[in-house]
Amino acid sequence: MSELELVGIRKLYEGVSRPVIPDLALTIPSGQMAVLVGPSGCGKSTTLRMVAGLEEPTAGTIKIGKRDVTNLPPAERDIAMVVQSYALYPHMTVFENMAFGLRIKHLPEAEIRKRVTAAADNLGLTQYLERQPKALSGGQRQRVAIGRALVRAPKVFLFDEPLSNLDAKLRSDMRREIARIHQQSKTTSMYVTHDQIEAMTLADMIVVLKDGVIQQIGTPVDIYERPANRFVAGFFGTPSMNFLSADLTATGERQSARGAGFEIPLGHKFSGAPTLRPAKESVDRIVVGIRPERLSLVGNADDVALSGSVAMREVLGAEVVLHLESAAGPLTVRTDAGSAPRPGDTVQVWLDPKMVHVFDGATELRL
Amino acid sequence: MSTTRRGPNPALLVLTYVGLIVLCGIVLYPVMLVCKKAFEPGSQFALSASPVPTAVTLDHFRELFTTRGGGGELLFLRHAANSIVVALLTTVVGVSLSCTAAYALSRFKFPGRKTGLTMFLVVQMFPATLLLLPLYVILNKLGLLNSIAGLVLVYSTTAIPFCVWTLKGYFDSLPRELEEAARIDGASPWMIFRKIILPLSRPALSVTALFSFMTAWNEFIMASTFMTNQTKYTLPVLIQSSVTEFSADWGLFAAGAVVTSVPVMIAFYVLQKYLVGGLTAGAVKG
Ligand SMILES: Nc1ncnc2c1ncn2[C@@H]1O[C@H](COP(=O)(O)OP(=O)(O)OP(=O)(O)O)[C@@H](O)[C@H]1O
Ligand SMILES: [Mg+2]
Repeated sequence: MSELELVGIRKLYEGVSRPVIPDLALTIPSGQMAVLVGPSGCGKSTTLRMVAGLEEPTAGTIKIGKRDVTNLPPAERDIAMVVQSYALYPHMTVFENMAFGLRIKHLPEAEIRKRVTAAADNLGLTQYLERQPKALSGGQRQRVAIGRALVRAPKVFLFDEPLSNLDAKLRSDMRREIARIHQQSKTTSMYVTHDQIEAMTLADMIVVLKDGVIQQIGTPVDIYERPANRFVAGFFGTPSMNFLSADLTATGERQSARGAGFEIPLGHKFSGAPTLRPAKESVDRIVVGIRPERLSLVGNADDVALSGSVAMREVLGAEVVLHLESAAGPLTVRTDAGSAPRPGDTVQVWLDPKMVHVFDGATELRL
Repeated sequence: MSTTRRGPNPALLVLTYVGLIVLCGIVLYPVMLVCKKAFEPGSQFALSASPVPTAVTLDHFRELFTTRGGGGELLFLRHAANSIVVALLTTVVGVSLSCTAAYALSRFKFPGRKTGLTMFLVVQMFPATLLLLPLYVILNKLGLLNSIAGLVLVYSTTAIPFCVWTLKGYFDSLPRELEEAARIDGASPWMIFRKIILPLSRPALSVTALFSFMTAWNEFIMASTFMTNQTKYTLPVLIQSSVTEFSADWGLFAAGAVVTSVPVMIAFYVLQKYLVGGLTAGAVKG
């Protein structure tokens, strides 16, 4: 059991003027799986590689289980890494691939055999032990890569988009496999992915990164229900959140967001209600965020209506995604496939005002 | 859907084959003339252009294999042994030096890396004859004239630039993730090189080994300049010595040439499955 701690990490690649990671602090509690997400090029792999010891931080400290590993070579950090390309040794059998690191550590042959067989058993690879990687399917190769990490019994697991090369079906199988292994071993893990479902289902904590800066750290529910800023709100969720520019207007006690063709009353008292800072003047620029699934074709008593014409309709099996043109801008609506209108129709969509997210127009922070 | 599978235009096919046959003929004709002479009686090169001998004899081969030198030793055996030792040593020295150099050039950053690579290319631009005199002076100073070690040294240095470039190209194409995985597994740089890189580089190593071998095996000018003592001759020098200003035994010459080219042909045949991969490998980005 060991926690992973990054303190004041900075990374400046040689010959690049702007640091990829300006100043990053992150603690992953022992036994937890932290999932790093963020747009391409935001420094996820760089962070992971610094933890692995494959890349040297320009400044800062990395601690694994309270031990400062910043200047140790990868092998002495007690970590294991699984990457997108599997990186299996092509000329060795599955057994030898998994045993390679153990042989270097000079473990007794019996112990090596025991560990490799156990890992192979765990991953359903027993019958492939004598094969070379080229004679395996993508999913099997990824299992071998995971097995190679497992046999080392490391303090920290690092995953860099391990499932990105697999097709959708296999990906969800392997995702469950990784979840199961994590449940079993309870090893502190850092997992990089582009796949939101992976992030949501695997994470104990999600770390959202943008330009090397942490935007939010939280549980999957936190991130989805209470995004810290507009970026996080827009990054999570498919299709992504609708954003409408509005003015914050106050009439006595009541505040509302007023924009082109809509007025949404704000400041209700349900938990997680947007607690608004007092408007400096009577008007303040804000951005209202609405998840597509919170817009509905049928309204309840207190709902607010928005209207628009259907520009496009995407059927996703049981659900349908409608793209509307409205006075306030484009709107995406996720709804049941059955009752959906056709392109060209003008429709009214309803919104429970308690379900909106409100962001500061200038700082983009959640209000 | 009706997709009729149409082969290539038959006329085009015929034309292609005719073209290929003509090209093969152009390449093979001189070789056939030498083979013809090797089996034809007489020491003169016949004027006939036909590649088919009028009569067949093994006399030239018998002479080649049975000629004895001043000490009563079989000349061919002695010179073949010289050639084999020189070629094998050149291969070992050339390949082992160039694979380590190429790996360093491919993976490590150090001052002079770019310059070094460029120098390797520049050296290749000079014709070997230009280097003859300076090399002679150097070998003389080192006391390595008429010595196998001297010849190996010269051949290795000639072969290394090509080998380094070929191997570096190949190493560049090997994914770095493999080395990173090995580093995490705890392998030292030397171990990564030996256990991961070298086993994966067999195609490129075959190409460079063959190249080094052939450089040493076929080379004539340097061997004849640096090896003045007849006992130190390599096969090309021996063969050439059968054709002098005063007497030319072309039959013996041809027989020697045929015999000499056999090992190279065998090497090509054995290594061919690696060669194709090795020659293209460096060109494709992995
Ligand atoms: N060796 C390097 N030298 C210079 N810049 C680099 C180097 N490696 C990465 N970078 C830059 O650092 C930034 C972050 O790269 P990184 O690979 O960490 O991104 P990432 O978040 O993993 O992206 P992706 O999701 O596409 O994998 C990128 O802008 C990249 O161009
Ligand atoms: Mg990456």
